[in-house]
Amino acid sequence: MEIVALMKQVPDTETQIKVNAQGTWIVEDDIKWIMNPYCEFGVEEALRTKEKHGGTVTIVSIGPARAVEAIRTALAMGADKAVHVDDAALVGTTDSLGKARVLAKVLESIPFDVIFAGKQAIDDDMAQTGAAVAELLGIPQLTFVNGLEWLDARTVKVNRQVEGGSQIIQCSLPALITCQKGLNEPRYASLPGIMKAKKKPLDTKNLAALGLDPAQVGKAGDTTEILKVELPPARKAGKIVEGETPEEKASKLAALLREEAKVI
Amino acid sequence: MAQGVLVVVEQRNGAIRKVSWEVLSEGKRLADQLGQEMAAVLVGGDGISSHAEALGQWGAKKVFVAEHSELGQYRTNPYTRVVVDVAKMMEPRIILMGASSTGKDLAPRVAARLGVGMLSDCVAFELQDGTLVGRRPMYAGKLYAYVACKAIPQIATARPNVLSKMEPDPSAKAEVVKVSVQLEDSDLIAKVLELKEEASGRPDLTEAEIIVSGGRGMKGPENYAMLETLADLLGGTVGASRAAVDAGWRPQSDQVGQTGKVVTPNLYIACGISGSIQHLAGMGTSKVIVAINKDPDAPIFQKADYGVVDDLFKVVPPLIEEVKKLKAE
Repeated sequence: MEIVALMKQVPDTETQIKVNAQGTWIVEDDIKWIMNPYCEFGVEEALRTKEKHGGTVTIVSIGPARAVEAIRTALAMGADKAVHVDDAALVGTTDSLGKARVLAKVLESIPFDVIFAGKQAIDDDMAQTGAAVAELLGIPQLTFVNGLEWLDARTVKVNRQVEGGSQIIQCSLPALITCQKGLNEPRYASLPGIMKAKKKPLDTKNLAALGLDPAQVGKAGDTTEILKVELPPARKAGKIVEGETPEEKASKLAALLREEAKVI
Repeated sequence: MAQGVLVVVEQRNGAIRKVSWEVLSEGKRLADQLGQEMAAVLVGGDGISSHAEALGQWGAKKVFVAEHSELGQYRTNPYTRVVVDVAKMMEPRIILMGASSTGKDLAPRVAARLGVGMLSDCVAFELQDGTLVGRRPMYAGKLYAYVACKAIPQIATARPNVLSKMEPDPSAKAEVVKVSVQLEDSDLIAKVLELKEEASGRPDLTEAEIIVSGGRGMKGPENYAMLETLADLLGGTVGASRAAVDAGWRPQSDQVGQTGKVVTPNLYIACGISGSIQHLAGMGTSKVIVAINKDPDAPIFQKADYGVVDDLFKVVPPLIEEVKKLKAE
């Protein structure tokens, strides 16, 4: 089976965000970069699919040179090869549709039966790219998946998380599946895996090599525009509820929530 | 020329979901500012058209209704086809949906089919020279961005539980337009076998107005019963930190934080949660935050409006009694 995992490198979840002097974007110096945690579930599920049905796992990622680190991590986990799209025209783009067009173009040139992706990236939190890629490829999408069972090598049954429950969906391949926590426990890269990853094929392409026009899918072609960014307003220092006993504190807290905050 | 606002109304099991009232209210405000009209599209199974006229009370001048036996449950492809068909028929300037599990699945698919960008999960909207600008959290709320849509239609999803609802006008009526649904085989590849509802009956975290959340300090799964009691008294729901979920004390769907659910309740009560940066990112936009923790140095106290420095096992039971008394008044 031909299995693809879309993967994005993002700032570590511990990152304290700082805004640049112009208020247009964040300061990216000193950020520790990691594989998007939701993409980890996708890579893991891709590997499990290969273990079940055989085949090849290909990682596809867009990003600057530093993204190679996250790609090598995925290869060290057990993926077979990777395509890395790196082009100056993509730096600073805010456009999920543009990125989806790039990913779809890559996917037109490699065979696939199933595509795994994260449910969203934890940096821009847009949750658009997976659905847009599926649309551009004309295949079904199964999003926010936290459970998956193969009925046979061409049919998958998933648990899709919805508010207060889940949808159980059956779908035949090809399909794109966006993954979230609960689906699996991503494996760690082993030391032999890390050594092997260095020799695995990693194909770096720019937009021209994909036959794409930087005026249409790069920063210049963005369909959305970030006008400004700001940090959330700081919460003002709260009140510590004083009291001699826990009972007294509980009583004061309930009164404050009722009379001052008016929330209960 | 593109005109007006189109709101995609969401239903489950034939009942219209709360987020849709919020989005209709916002859609009406935006339409009024543009000096244009709002329309709604309602997609569902047999009988869904009975809701159409009532949407007029929420400001929709026209309601496009797509009723079809294959549309009872939300499914990506058939719903995309219907919404895109209506968008092509109406040529709206703006399309709005809720950033629910449905809207997050549907909106980017619709946007990609129409070849336009979109704004995800906005918490506020404004118009700048007729262009839709959304205020949206990034990095799970560690940053806010003001983002504009460059192409028409401008598509956005709105986070549930944030936008204010208008008062419906019982005398207002909508013109109902039936949409003929023509699905192709390719639309029906993915089949919904079942919609499993969780048994608790409590609201989902993303929609809850009150959340009582427990972390590592809860010490074990059995102790969540008291948080459930408190949440039920308050009409709220129960959340958990990543530590509690990873320990297997609570299901994954309860996790609040950067890699769990991002929540915006009126009241968030954090019990035995120290407040990692990832957790704070997920609940930092709650209107009122209460922290109960015996460690006075826990970072959660820097975000909490009300802090109780004490053993949660000694504070929560009397708090339950106090709330019972207040509710009895």
